[in-house]
Amino acid sequence: MSDTLADKSQMDPSKRTWLIATGCAGTVGGVAAAIPFISTFQPSERAKAAGAAVEVDISALKPGEKVTIEWRGKPVWIMRRTPEQLATLEKVEGQLADPNSDRKAYPTPDYAKNRHRSIKPELFVGVGICSHLGCSPSDKLQPGAQPSLPDDWQGGFLCPCHGSTFDMAGRVFKNKPAPDNLEVPPHMYLSDSKLLIGEDKKA
Amino acid sequence: MAEFKEIAADAPVVAKVTNWLENRFPTAFDAYRVHMSEYYAPKNFNFWYFFGSLAMLVLVIQIVTGIFLVMHYKPDAALAFGSVEYIMRDVPWGWLVRYMHSTGASAFFVVVYLHMFRGLIYGSYRKPRELVWIFGCAIFLVLMAEAFMGYLLPWGQMSYWGAQVIVNLFSAIPFIGPDLALLIRGDYVVGDATLNRFFSFHVIAVPLVLLGLVVAHLLALHDVGSNNPDGVEIKGPNAPKDARGKPLDGIPFHPYYTVHDIMGVSVFLMVFSAILFFAPEFGGYFLEYNNFIPADPLKTPAHIAPVWYFTPFYSMLRAITTEMMYALIACVVLTAALGVLRTQLSTLGKGVVLVVALVLIALMLAIDAKFWGVVVMGGAVIILFFLPWLDNSPVKSIRYRPDWHKYLYAIFVFMFLILGYLGIQAPGVWGNLWGQDVAQRVSQLFTFGYFAFFLLMPWWSRMGQPKPVPSRVTFEAH
Repeated sequence: MSDTLADKSQMDPSKRTWLIATGCAGTVGGVAAAIPFISTFQPSERAKAAGAAVEVDISALKPGEKVTIEWRGKPVWIMRRTPEQLATLEKVEGQLADPNSDRKAYPTPDYAKNRHRSIKPELFVGVGICSHLGCSPSDKLQPGAQPSLPDDWQGGFLCPCHGSTFDMAGRVFKNKPAPDNLEVPPHMYLSDSKLLIGEDKKA
Repeated sequence: MAEFKEIAADAPVVAKVTNWLENRFPTAFDAYRVHMSEYYAPKNFNFWYFFGSLAMLVLVIQIVTGIFLVMHYKPDAALAFGSVEYIMRDVPWGWLVRYMHSTGASAFFVVVYLHMFRGLIYGSYRKPRELVWIFGCAIFLVLMAEAFMGYLLPWGQMSYWGAQVIVNLFSAIPFIGPDLALLIRGDYVVGDATLNRFFSFHVIAVPLVLLGLVVAHLLALHDVGSNNPDGVEIKGPNAPKDARGKPLDGIPFHPYYTVHDIMGVSVFLMVFSAILFFAPEFGGYFLEYNNFIPADPLKTPAHIAPVWYFTPFYSMLRAITTEMMYALIACVVLTAALGVLRTQLSTLGKGVVLVVALVLIALMLAIDAKFWGVVVMGGAVIILFFLPWLDNSPVKSIRYRPDWHKYLYAIFVFMFLILGYLGIQAPGVWGNLWGQDVAQRVSQLFTFGYFAFFLLMPWWSRMGQPKPVPSRVTFEAH
């Protein structure tokens, strides 16, 4: 209270200076002590190490079939598309948000920067995680009108969480919550039937 | 130190013990008087005033059942789902404790939403109760965090994918987002590390904050006194008082309202028990069916929705698409134009309005709709904090507002409920009309409605002729 000190001249300003200095030193110490605690929130060394590449045998994959494998805890889709499914890619191009995969949120590797977004046209390799909020889209491969989908649906994928739709190459349609196409992970063919997910030739 | 009271040597034992305690711990005796026996609450409380004490009751239920659940639960991605089923099947009476906790979570939000609605219609947030309201809003926010983190613990499909979606919300923040999401998860995907830290937050960190806020909410309330359905101050300088200076329209909290609240508690416990014993999953609304499937990081359930109490806000998140952004930009342009053309701001003020609007529009065009969806969802809760300064009505209570205000509140509640319903449903639940997704358009319209209700309140709350406010509370003895 202001009236506790009857006479301002009795005040010793050096004490206030020391109080401020002590307060500042205490704050610095407090922040320094907080850093190790905040740091414990970071991924542990074990979590960082669990990111190795995965090898997949795709010889048994028939046209129109899709397998899901786990890489870094994420679902990776490998799908052998039929010629009809590949033909839809051109038809829907006008309705896509980013048909040429130019966006940078999930950069598409150069070898997948094409209409079919893959190394081999029929084989699509993509992370099955919607670029919106991380749900895994479900297959809606059957063309035609159906719930939650437009009437001229050509086949593709629908995210059940917020209704984002993707074409047969994982390219997102316009005016959907997802900001980007499905991520294409680094991958390469070890042979015609062996696929390595997580590494490509550059690495 | 307070004066030491002596007591006669032949006094009864109870009086001696009381005197011994009062000399050593007078704070407890003062607190009893200030908060119970001499806390005067308005005598005209109605049905809506049960929900504050019921919220306290549910908080106690959650803490007690939570303590017992932790004795059997295992916070480990490999064991969590199994340990919850173990509690349900093998722990004696474990099913009851678990269902009390899961039903209690929904009950908490039921009573808190009704408690907030009470504050809204009777103007309980108005001066001098702004801080009571702000502490209350903070409790609501913390409660949402508590419920969200608790929902991950059973490690079912909805737990996993719900957490995945909400944590990814943070990654929408420009620049720091992805790193922030990583820091929250502690791994590149939701995993064991995430489960462990959510467990820690859910059982100790957040409850401590929650309890602190509840204490602040009550202390602030008891400092300024309770509002009532008439919005008339019973402790003001002009309010009628008796010879001892006690408000004539107030009654001591204890015993009058303690007894009154026991009745509310009895009715509440009947409903609570009915749900607990006959419909603990409540048709998939309190415990979602997909959550009885163990978490599978490779497969999102076909339909994923948060628990019912989050769905109005979740609907608003879903409503923000690229098209909606153009509508929002139009709103910013309109607001700036009105600010420049129709107000008496200084030239400098108008310049500031224009610059802010231009920066905002540039950001709205540059950052994608996902981030703005998060902003809208967060804003829908944050805007509640500002309610005391948005309401300019000359009267507090809805009872003395112009009649059309009541319809406005009814429309607001209707919009909130429809948003909640749509948030539970899959996208496109109402089909297409003229090539438009009806459900999405409705949720976008109602998102506008929700914000318009608050943001235009400074103007509409002043309009219309209020009815005369009585000088004393309206009360009929019964």
